[in-house]
Parts: sequence; C-alpha cells; structure tokens
Amino acid sequence: MMLTVNGEARDVAAGMTVLGLLEELSLRPEIVAVEINGELALRAGHGTRVLSEGDVVEFVTLVGGG
Amino acid sequence: MKNDLSAHLSDSKLRVGSYEFDSRLLVGTGKYKDFAEMRDALELSGTDCVTVAIRRVDLKAAKGESIFDYIDRDKYTILPNTAFCFDAESALRTARLARELLGTDLCKLEVLGDTKTLLPDPIATLEATRILAAEGFTVMVYTSDDPRLAVHLAEAGAAAIMPAGSPIGSGQGVLNPNAVRIIQELVDVPVIVDAGVGTASDVSLAMELGIDGVLLNSAIALAQQPLRMAAAMRDATSAGRNAFLAGRIPRKLYANASSPAEGVIGGQPSAAPTV
Repeated sequence: MMLTVNGEARDVAAGMTVLGLLEELSLRPEIVAVEINGELALRAGHGTRVLSEGDVVEFVTLVGGG
Repeated sequence: MKNDLSAHLSDSKLRVGSYEFDSRLLVGTGKYKDFAEMRDALELSGTDCVTVAIRRVDLKAAKGESIFDYIDRDKYTILPNTAFCFDAESALRTARLARELLGTDLCKLEVLGDTKTLLPDPIATLEATRILAAEGFTVMVYTSDDPRLAVHLAEAGAAAIMPAGSPIGSGQGVLNPNAVRIIQELVDVPVIVDAGVGTASDVSLAMELGIDGVLLNSAIALAQQPLRMAAAMRDATSAGRNAFLAGRIPRKLYANASSPAEGVIGGQPSAAPTV
C-alpha cells in the first residue's frame, strides 16, 4: 500500500504498524515522534497502530536550534 | 579565619512555571560546527536550559548520531522551540510533537510573520499562547518588544515573556532597552531577552536592565572561537546580573573625585584629614 512519509510517497507492506515502519527505516523509536494524518500518534500505541492506504505520516526528531 | 563572602553574591534562581534554573543564560543548540563543539560550548556557557528545534527525520541520511546523544538530560532542561512556524496551527502541532518526543510541557513558542525579518506575528502568537497554556504547556513566548502585547501574552497564560532584543541572528543587541524595561515592570512572569545578541556586552547591558535572563544561540555558535565566546557569555550574564543587583551609581555631568581633596602636599595644614 502507498503512504506519504515525510512528504514522499512510499510503498509498504499491508498491515504495517507504526513500530514496524520505524524499524524498516532504521529509526530509533525513542528519538522520534509520529504524526498520522495531522494527529499525534502516541508512542505507547506504535506497536498496535496499523497504517492504512493513503496515510500521511510524519516522523520528527530533535535538531539543533535556537 | 576564612572570610566567606559568598553571602554577598547570593541570588534567587530563575523560575519559569514549575522549573528552576541556576543560570540566567539560556543557550541554543543550532549552527555549531558539530555536536562535540555544541556540547563543549554549552558546558562553558554555564547554562542549564538549552533550546532545540523539531524537524522531520531525514530518511535519506545515514543513520548515525543524534543531538540527543550530546545533551545530558540530567544536566540540562531541554526547551523545544516552534521555530520557522508561520501560523498558529503549525506551532501547535510542533509543540505537541515536542511534548511527545521529550516528555516535557515546556515550549518556546515562536509564530513568525515572514522569513526576511523573522519577527513574530503578534496576533497568531497570542492565539497560540492561549491554546497551549490551556493544554497545560509551560509557554515561553517569543514576542516583539511591545509592552502592551506582553501584558496580553501574560494574561493568556504565558509562563515567560521573551522579547526580541533585535531581529533573530542580527547581532544588534537590545535596540529598545526602554521597552524591555517597561515589559519587566508590567508583567509578573519572567522576562527573558531572546534573539539579537551579538557579543558579551549585549548580554551584560540586558541583564543590567533588571530582566530575568537572556537566550542566545548564534552569538556563540558563529563566533570565531565559539568556546571562548561561550565563557564570555557566562561571565557577561553574571556581571550584568550582579551589577543590576548591586545598584549602579547615578550618571552625573561633572567629575566627583574618588581621592580626598584634603591633605594634598603643599596645601594648607588645617585641611589635613584625621587618620
């Protein structure tokens, strides 16, 4: 199924969870916050939250800033 | 017997909402050569509150170190910002993501008007302050140096008012010290000058106004020697704060000698001081 991840189209397996996608992208879950379709997705739910066709996913982290 | 003078230099902590800081200097983490330089500059600055930004993960970049690995969270309180948000909704989303990411209710709220001036949009800033405060955030709000707006922001629930000394990254110092002082008089929450610092004297002058703190980033990170400038900013914060607490002498037009005018050699005997 197709998702939009950080603004880019991405094909992932059906039934993919948020945690599964983080692992597929080699991201450290503890330093990433997730938004799905503009709504905050709490970390505690990443393992069970199944993504759907067309979901718009944002993975964000900390960077240097003032 | 040792003469302990430390009591003469005591000071209250900087209190923002439920947070307490030993240092009155808040330092940003952007624009350093690398994470190691940032870590060392933070240490030399003496700060215990550091700002960070929230951005998309770069999915194409090699997965390596994170800034997380260079900020000791036992030592520093992390203050996430909403930098480069140009409407209230983007700032709210960013603040909520930061809270999830860091488990903090602190937010350095920035809602900006345009990319050229990076000056705050006062209407959207006020709106976002009200919403975030209602959601339980400790909102430290970046604003212009308008005193009446500062009052509105405090009434909307801001935990700290952070007027720009001058435009972000401009290095012009505090352009309107009068307005900053008036803000300090009008609001009961801490006032922290945020943005515009160029060098150490800008920090000292700001602290001498009696404000509660200074937040800076570029002035250290982009100095020729960032680590030395970090130490200079630490000293300037302390110097300015102590000068404010000590109470400066009034400015006078004419001279007033420090040495006695009496007893000058060759003068009148009767004018000799008693010893």
